[in-house]
Amino acid sequence: MKFSYYPGCTLKTKAQELEKFALNSAAALGVELEEQKEWQCCGAVYPLAEDEIGTKLSSVRALAEAAQKNEKLITLCAACHHVIKRVNEDMKTKDDVKNKVNNYLQLAQDYQGEAEVIHYLEMLRDEIGFDKLAEKVTNPLTNRKIGAYYGCLLLRPAETMNFDDPENPSIIEEFIKALGATPVKYPYRTECCGGYLSLDNKELAQEMTDNIMKSALKNEVEELVTACPLCKYNLENKNGKIAISYFTELLAEALGVKE
Amino acid sequence: MGRMKIIPDAKKKELQQILEISGENVKDCMQCGKCTAGCPASSSMDILPHQVIRLLQLGQLDKVANSQTIWSCASCFTCTTRCPRNIDLAKLMEAVRLTIIRSKGSSRLKADDVPGKIDPKMPQQAIVSGFRKYNK
Amino acid sequence: MQRIGVFVCWCGTNIAGTVDIDQVKQAAEKIPGVVNVQDYQYMCSEVGQNLIKNAIKEQKLDRVVIASCSPRMHEATFRKAAKSAGLNPYLVEIANIREQCSWVHKNKEEATEKAIALVRAAVAKATLNTELVPGEIGVEPRALEIGGGIAGIQTALDIAEAGYKVDIIEKTPSIGGKMAQIDKTFPTLDCSACILTPKMVDASTHPNINLYTYSEVEAVQGYVGNFEVTIRQKARSVNADKCTGCGICTDKCPSKKAESEFDEGLRKRGAIYIPFPQAVPNVPVIDREECLKFKTGKCGLCERVCPSGAIEFNQEDTLVTQKYGAIVVATGYDLINLDKFGEYPYTEHPDVITSLEFERLTSAAGPTAGKFLRPSNGNKPKKVVFVQCVGSRDKSSRGKTYCSKICCMYTAKHAMLIKEKYPEIEVYVFYIDVRTPGKNFDEFQRRAVEEYGVNYIKGMVGKVFPEGDKLQVHGVDALSSETLIIDADMVVLAAATKAKDDAQELGRKLSISTDANNFFTEAHPKLRPVETHSAGIYLAGACQGPKDIPETVAQSSAAAAKAIGLLNKGKLVNNPCVSQVDEQICSGCLACTKMCPYEAISSQVIEVKEQGKIVKKTVAHVNEALCQGCGGCTVTCRAGALDLKGFMNRQILAEVDAICL
Repeated sequence: MKFSYYPGCTLKTKAQELEKFALNSAAALGVELEEQKEWQCCGAVYPLAEDEIGTKLSSVRALAEAAQKNEKLITLCAACHHVIKRVNEDMKTKDDVKNKVNNYLQLAQDYQGEAEVIHYLEMLRDEIGFDKLAEKVTNPLTNRKIGAYYGCLLLRPAETMNFDDPENPSIIEEFIKALGATPVKYPYRTECCGGYLSLDNKELAQEMTDNIMKSALKNEVEELVTACPLCKYNLENKNGKIAISYFTELLAEALGVKE
Repeated sequence: MGRMKIIPDAKKKELQQILEISGENVKDCMQCGKCTAGCPASSSMDILPHQVIRLLQLGQLDKVANSQTIWSCASCFTCTTRCPRNIDLAKLMEAVRLTIIRSKGSSRLKADDVPGKIDPKMPQQAIVSGFRKYNK
Repeated sequence: MQRIGVFVCWCGTNIAGTVDIDQVKQAAEKIPGVVNVQDYQYMCSEVGQNLIKNAIKEQKLDRVVIASCSPRMHEATFRKAAKSAGLNPYLVEIANIREQCSWVHKNKEEATEKAIALVRAAVAKATLNTELVPGEIGVEPRALEIGGGIAGIQTALDIAEAGYKVDIIEKTPSIGGKMAQIDKTFPTLDCSACILTPKMVDASTHPNINLYTYSEVEAVQGYVGNFEVTIRQKARSVNADKCTGCGICTDKCPSKKAESEFDEGLRKRGAIYIPFPQAVPNVPVIDREECLKFKTGKCGLCERVCPSGAIEFNQEDTLVTQKYGAIVVATGYDLINLDKFGEYPYTEHPDVITSLEFERLTSAAGPTAGKFLRPSNGNKPKKVVFVQCVGSRDKSSRGKTYCSKICCMYTAKHAMLIKEKYPEIEVYVFYIDVRTPGKNFDEFQRRAVEEYGVNYIKGMVGKVFPEGDKLQVHGVDALSSETLIIDADMVVLAAATKAKDDAQELGRKLSISTDANNFFTEAHPKLRPVETHSAGIYLAGACQGPKDIPETVAQSSAAAAKAIGLLNKGKLVNNPCVSQVDEQICSGCLACTKMCPYEAISSQVIEVKEQGKIVKKTVAHVNEALCQGCGGCTVTCRAGALDLKGFMNRQILAEVDAICL
């Protein structure tokens, strides 16, 4: 199984663990992730304005390269996934964006949304299968009560992201179960952590993460996993009682490739 | 206090611009308030999400542009996903922010401010996002 | 040469405002064959009609062209006038200079030119019109009612009372429908069962009514007055003639895992069961998916305990075919599935319920014997939150764009039912708009607010967070623009109504159409609200659109009146504008039989003389009773052997020639 792989800037700096454990695990699962050459930062937030073209170009470059290789494009960071997936949707459905982007990029062949972007978790669920993953677990995480923190960017907007039920998702819980641990559902697992508000409105971001952590604690969550570096930062910022890790770290641990 | 003028002539162009940038139609809103009811950031908003749409319906742009609300919105898309009228309020918030920061010298976040706002653990993602959201 | 009269209508200013009537008249006078031209302000009025009648008599007209509105509007009126003056009505031709001319044009000169062209075409066609005489078909004096809810029951009773036989087909094991599940009815709060169950009994005992419960429509053939319907009676596994309804089998059945459909899953039922105590007929049915005998071959306890030997495990579905003159469709509605509304954790939490479940929870015959208790722990709730418009007026892919119409009233009813029994329970209703038009309806809803102290909050609920044994309801009061959190014990969701999932399938069998929301389409939204586009098929109740009980019953009686009117005729005139086959030309390829959407064309073998010898030849044959005159066959026929009476190929071509002059 071979995929094109888009890492994103944060994975090369503050969130190296997210990537390291993902790559180790992929190797253990027999999945080849080939990092794209000369990838560029996705911009971290999807450009919501209808008239923004320039900020979508880096995503299209990544998409076009994957399409050209005829490979699915795998992402790891929730923000990168969100941006690239939505830009891809624009390239499929908005003629105006498609024409302007192609005029600007002058690729060998026009890009029209042919590539498929999947998140690493979707790769585990849909390409490998959680049942098959469970069979490969050598070090089951028995007796650990783990909560999934989904955040916003993987789930919403639901129709474009098409990741899971936006209000009542289950993919990470199923993932936790496949690793031998006990998933704990708590009501705030899809509520926003504040995201980039932690830069400019720390107080509000803190209030938002507080609500999430309270909900997790009340429901006896012992550890939390996430796929987003910014969520992890926001949740950790205010927390001491619950350990927060990337989902890939759990995966590597269960597959016995953590070191 | 003077009485409100619905969609004042002086604001028509700007309103049109906001609607075009967002690609949304505020007339679809029935003021059910579901956006507000589920907004995780509403506690720090001076006007609530459903009021933002109402004020846009009425063309009261200054009240929206001068609000704290548009800067409290975290673009989490909770309202977008739940709206029974298919309105993407996150896009409208963005359009209002852009009409402000696109005018010269109006960036909310200046490069000089950044060192005071970050800490060693903060991921790049936050800084890049902040620049994209608050600066042009 | 024909003697044609042309009558130009002003339609007030509708036509005369855009079309120069004088010019049209002058042009008409010059057309060969036209001997008389007149105009009038309102040709459809009595004065206008007399103008035509007199001209027919005095001028000895043998063709009439009326330049007016669409033939859909007044063709029948003018044909009738011509007939009374002694002219065959099919010698009348309409030139539509309103809908197809004055209404769609602004420039008077251009509109006048077009009106003249349309008159020319109509005259050209009229010249070739021939006298047509409609035939007669019989009407089977028996009606079929599809659906045994309150709509079906009411219609059937009305038709039966008028002296005609009626069969009711009901899909489930008992008649009664949704109304049987309801506790009290608005706006009077009288007991639903008390007013419905006597009607159910009346229907089952009426000498003119025959029930096919646990049955479905398999196939429909035929046409108005002469439908032939095949009914599938599903295997009940119980012989209804032998069963006494003693109930021993249902008591003894060891399998009690199935969820009661009648109690909306709030109670379990056996594999052999009677849906509810007042069911009609009071005969159990075996759910073969649940029955141990069918699943494992073991058990058979019901057969052993039945004192009358009524259990028949080897029963099979049976097909019955019956002729009907009229069909009334009354298949009702359902609630949408709430799986996609994860923000209201209906699928996750037992204390989040639908309004229909609420009905069962407050019903004295329900699973809690009418005590209003939390499904999760059996405790009395302290705070109950109602959320309206869950999926109604919702343009997203999760919901329905329409207003479900009944929710505002039943929610007010629910709120009052709680307050009546337990005044100390706090009740909150989140709404977008309160819509209560109807006799005594608004007063009813206001009573909930003013007398019972129900807290109406204009706004929606964003999300319900289950926290401990409470449900944290995050909402907004849009009027004060304050967000709020209510620590509720129960949340009741007014789920949107929807058409039955199999409405389209049934519609296809009946050749009746459904709208974008799968509700059956009435023939005209104002003037023909209970008819369909298929003659002899009528609509009653919520299968046509969301409706409350009073409206449903009113519509049911209306549908009954229409059906009775049809059955009472005994004979019907059919449209003489049907296809005919020129057997000389027909090559017997039968392409027309495949094309015909009404199965009106079959093949027949005839004997013809060919070069002195008698030879057999296959040709197409039109059943004039089935033919709807669509003309599809005439353009399919490569040999040109088919022609539509009243719209012959040469008539159409004459019109085209006249327009292209």
